[in-house]
Amino acid sequence: MTTTDEDTASTANTDLGTDRIQRITMPKWGLSMESGKVTDWFVTEGDELTHGQDICEIDTDKIAGALESTWTGTVRALVVDTMVEVPVGGTIALVADVDVPQEEIDAALAQAREQLASGDIADDSGPRLATVEVNGTSISYAVLEPDGESTGAPVVFVHGYGGDKDSWMFVQEPIASDVDRARATYALDLPGHGSSGKVVGAGTVESLAATLLGFLDALDLSTVHLVGHSMGGAVVTAVAGNPGAAGRVASLTLISPAGYGPEINADYIRGFASAETRRELKPHLLQLFADQSLVQRQLIDDLLKYKRLDGVDKALATLSGDLLDGDRSGIDVTAAQASFAGPTVAVWGAQDRIVPASNAAALDGRASVHLVDGAGHMAHMEKPQEVVAAIREAIGSG
Amino acid sequence: MTQTLDRTDVDEGLTPERLLDAYRTMRSIREFEDRVHDEFATGDIPGFVHLYAGEEASAAGICAHLDPERDTIASTHRGHGHCIAKGVDIKPMMAEIFGRTTGSCRGKGGSMHIADLSKGMLGANGIVGGGPPLICGTALAAKLRGDGGVGVAFFGDGASNQGTTAEAMNLASVWNLPAIFVAENNGYAEATASTWSVSADNIADRAHGFGMPGVIVDGFDFFAVYEVAGEAIRRAREGGGPTLIEVKFTRYYGHFEGDQQTYRPRHEIGNARESLDCLKRFRERVTETGRLTAAQLDEVDAEVAQLIEESVAEAKAAPVPEAADLLTDVYVKY
Amino acid sequence: MATRTISYRDAVNEALAQEMERDPSVIVMGEDVAGGVAGDGDDDAWGGVLGVTKGLYPRFPDRVLDTPITESGFIGAAVGAATRGFRPVAELMFVDFIGVCLDQIMNQAAKFRYMFGGKAVTPVTIRAMYGAGLSAAAQHSQALYPVFTHLPGLKVVLPSSPYEVKGLLIQSIRDNDPVIFLEHKAMYDVTGEVPEESYTIPFGEANVVREGDDVTIVAMGWMVSKAVEAAAELAASGIDAEIIDPRTTSPLDLDTILESVEKTGRLVIVDESSPRCNMATDISAQVVSEAFGDLKAPIKMVSPPHVPVPFARSLEDLYIPSPQDIVNAAKTVTDWNG
Repeated sequence: MTTTDEDTASTANTDLGTDRIQRITMPKWGLSMESGKVTDWFVTEGDELTHGQDICEIDTDKIAGALESTWTGTVRALVVDTMVEVPVGGTIALVADVDVPQEEIDAALAQAREQLASGDIADDSGPRLATVEVNGTSISYAVLEPDGESTGAPVVFVHGYGGDKDSWMFVQEPIASDVDRARATYALDLPGHGSSGKVVGAGTVESLAATLLGFLDALDLSTVHLVGHSMGGAVVTAVAGNPGAAGRVASLTLISPAGYGPEINADYIRGFASAETRRELKPHLLQLFADQSLVQRQLIDDLLKYKRLDGVDKALATLSGDLLDGDRSGIDVTAAQASFAGPTVAVWGAQDRIVPASNAAALDGRASVHLVDGAGHMAHMEKPQEVVAAIREAIGSG
Repeated sequence: MTQTLDRTDVDEGLTPERLLDAYRTMRSIREFEDRVHDEFATGDIPGFVHLYAGEEASAAGICAHLDPERDTIASTHRGHGHCIAKGVDIKPMMAEIFGRTTGSCRGKGGSMHIADLSKGMLGANGIVGGGPPLICGTALAAKLRGDGGVGVAFFGDGASNQGTTAEAMNLASVWNLPAIFVAENNGYAEATASTWSVSADNIADRAHGFGMPGVIVDGFDFFAVYEVAGEAIRRAREGGGPTLIEVKFTRYYGHFEGDQQTYRPRHEIGNARESLDCLKRFRERVTETGRLTAAQLDEVDAEVAQLIEESVAEAKAAPVPEAADLLTDVYVKY
Repeated sequence: MATRTISYRDAVNEALAQEMERDPSVIVMGEDVAGGVAGDGDDDAWGGVLGVTKGLYPRFPDRVLDTPITESGFIGAAVGAATRGFRPVAELMFVDFIGVCLDQIMNQAAKFRYMFGGKAVTPVTIRAMYGAGLSAAAQHSQALYPVFTHLPGLKVVLPSSPYEVKGLLIQSIRDNDPVIFLEHKAMYDVTGEVPEESYTIPFGEANVVREGDDVTIVAMGWMVSKAVEAAAELAASGIDAEIIDPRTTSPLDLDTILESVEKTGRLVIVDESSPRCNMATDISAQVVSEAFGDLKAPIKMVSPPHVPVPFARSLEDLYIPSPQDIVNAAKTVTDWNG
C-alpha cells in the first residue's frame, strides 16, 4: 500500500546541545532524495544571514538549486567542503550570534562532523506521505504540518501534465515554514500521475477540478490557497471559479498556467506522451527549462520509469486530448478566473517554450503578473524564490 | 491391451456427402503427390519433398472428424497429405512447394514447413518427433478453454522411437489431455525398416506403458481408420484423455524424391498399388454398397485433376520472393 | 510512483502474479513451480526450486501447472499453446537444461513466424536460471545467452536488478515473440526499489547505469553490479566510467553503446559467459565495424576462461569476472598509448 505515515517534523533549527547554535542541514528536495552536495558556498564565516538569502548551491542527482535561508544570525562555521556527499538532514553549516563563544562553536562543529562521519543521521525532514480515496481513485499527497497551531489557511499545490508532487520540492517547505504564519501545505498527485491511481476517467480539466475539490472535502480543508502549475494552473482556476466552491478558495497562484491563451506547444505535449526511450524524451524535456543543464540523467530516468507504469500512456493520451485542439490549446479557463473574487498572482518564465508568456495578457488587470527572466516553463524549479514570493503575495495575510 | 481392428462394415455418420468429401480428400492427395513427383523430376522444385501417396486413408479417415476452429494437427516432413486433409488450400500449397510468394508460407518455408494456423494445421515439420510436444500444447489450450477441441499428432515409425514422442505421450497422459497420437507406420524410417527399429512388436504396444489405450488399424482402409479415429476423438473430446493409434500401411514413393528405394523388396510397392490401394478399395466398397455411383466418383476425379493442373500452372507463373522478403517476418516486432 | 524495497525473487513473483491477474491467457508451467500438487502433502510445497513462484498456485490453481521432468514435452507444450492464443511462461529450471529441449526452442518456436510466411504468432516466455556463484558446478552454472542470441527469431533478456526484472518480465509476457528470460541465480536475494504498480521496460533500450567520460563499460546481468563496484574504485583513481547495461542481447541497443564509445573512445565489455563467441566478442566486432575511428585503444573483454564452471569455491571465485578484473581492464584501456 502506498500510505507511509511517517511523521516528520520540518527542519530542526535547534540543535546539538544548545539553543543558541542553529544547524543548517541538507534539505530534502523531493521525496526520494537521500543525499546531496554543496557545489558552491555563497556565504562564509562571519557573514550575516537573513531570512530568504541564498546560502549555497546544492546538487542532488536529480536537480540543482540554491538553498534559501530560513535562519537568521551569523554564519559561524561551514561544516562541509564543496563536492562532498551529505545525507539529507546532515549538518552543513552553523549559525549563531557573534557572542556565542568560539569553544562552543568548535564543539558543535566537531560533533557535527562526527555525526556526518558516522552516517548516523535521521532523515526526519520532509513532508509526510499519505493517500486518500477521492471518487474511487487513490490520491497520493505530501503534507507538511506546522509544529504548533495553524494560524493561516492551508496551501494546496497542484502540478502540471506529466509532473508530480515532487516538483514543489523547493517551494513547499519555505511556504510551510514561513515566519509570519504557520500553515499546512499539501502537494498532491493528480490522477494518472505520481503515486495516485492511474485511471483518469474523462481526463478533462473539469474532471481533474472535481477530483481536487473532492480532495479538499476528504481532508476537511474548508478554505485553502491554491497554487497550480501549467495544466494544474487551469485546474486550480476551474475550482476557484466553480460556484460550488464559493468561499473555499482564498487565493490563486498560477505558474505558467495553461488555459489562458490559444498558444501551447502541442509538439511537446504529444512528444512527451509518445516518447518511449531516453533518446526520444530528452529533446522534449530540454524545452521545459531556460537552463538546459537542469535536465539531468536522473530526471529523465525518473520520468521514463513513471511513463512505463501501466495506465500512464492512456492517461496522458486522454489528458492531451482535452488539452489540445489540433496544435492550439483546447481549454479556456479565463471565464472561471474572471468570476473568482479573491486575489490572483501569476508567475511566468519569460523563456517559457511550452505555454508562452504572451498568454499572460489574458490576466491584464485581473492579476498581479510577474515575468521572470531566466526561467522557462518550470519557474517553481528554476527560480523558486520568485515563486515563493508570488505565493506569499497571493496569500497576503490570509 | 492393444486392439487390432479389421471390421469393414461401419457407416455411422458417413452420409453420401461426407463420403464424397472423403473421396475428394484422398483423390486430391493422390493427384497432388503424383504430380509433385513428376514435377520434381524435371528439376523445377527446390529442396526436398517427401510424398504421402499410398497413405491417404490415414489423413482422410482421421481429419474427417476434425473441425478447423478448435482442432489442431501437427505433421511430419511428409506433410502434404495432412495439410490437404485438414483443409489447407491446395493452390497455395503447390505454390509453396515451388517457392513462390503466393505460397501458403509466402515461399519462406517450402514443402517441409507448409502450415496454416488459421485451420489448426501447425505445419509439416522438418524435425522428426518435433510435432508431438506441440500437440500437448494445443491440446492443453483446448482443455483450458473447455471447447472440446482435440490435438492430433501425426508421426512416423521413425519418430515413434524419438524421445520427444515418448515425453509427449507421458505428458499427455499425466495432464489428461485431449490428444491423439497417430503413429503412421509405413514400414520404413528413411531407409531403415521399422520391424527392426521398433523394439516392440507393434508401436501400439507401447501405449500401455504411457497410460493410454493403443489401437492398430489397417491404413489402407478408410473406413477402419475412420471408425478407430472417431472413437479416440470422441473419448478425447469428452475428457477421456489420449489414445495411441498405429496405422499400418506403406508409402508408394521413396523417403524423399530421388530415393531409389533399393532397401525395399522388389515387388512391395507394386503389390500394394494393385491389391491394397485405399482409393481402389474405397471405390469398390461405396459402389458395391450403392452409397455412391461410379459417375459421382469420376466427376470428383475430373475436378481434382483440373484443380491440380491449375495449381501447377499458377504456381509456375507466380512471382518468386525478392530481396526485401528475405528480412521480413522474423519477429512480430523487433 | 510508490516504490518499496523488495528482492529480485519477489519482483519476479510479483510480475507473474500481476500479469496472471490482469490477463487470463497467461499460464505458468514447469518442474515444481508449485511442487506438491500431485502428492498428498502441501500443494504449493516449493513454489519453484528457489521459491520464486511461491504463492501463485493457490491464487491461480488452473493456470499453474507442475510437470514431470520432461523438458521437450513441456517446453514444446508451451510453444504449442502459444500458437493457440495463450501466453505461456514456461520455467526451464536451469538454462543448462536447454540441452534436452533445444529443438522446441531453436527449430520450432524461433522459426515458426519466418517459415510460415509471417502467419504465426508465438508469444511464449521461457524463464531460466543462469550463472555461476552458488557452487552449482559445471552442469548448473552456465551463462548460455550467446547461444540464444545467435538464433534469429528469439529475444533474449538479462535483467540486472529487482526494478529491471519486474518490468522486463512483464514486457516479456506481453511481447508477441518467443522470449528467453534469464534470471541470475545469485541475484535472488538482491534488493532494490520496485514500484508496486505494473510497468514495462522496452526491449532493445540499454540503460545507462552510470554516466562517465573516460571509459565505457558494457556489462550485463549480474556483471552490472560488479561494474558498479569497479566504477567506484576507478573514480577514486580519477577514472570516470560510464556503465551501460544492454538489458537485452537480442535485440541489442548498439546505438547507445556507440554513442558512449564516441564520447570515451575506450571500451571494456564484461560478460560472464564462456569467452569463445560470447556477447563480448559480438559487441566488440560490431563496435569495431561501426566506430573504428572513435576507438583510442583496443577493446578489452572481461570474461571467464574457456573452461567449464568449476565446483571448488576457490576456483569458482577465480572463474567469475571480479570488480578487480574490470578495474584492471579499464586501466589498461585508459593507459593505452599505442
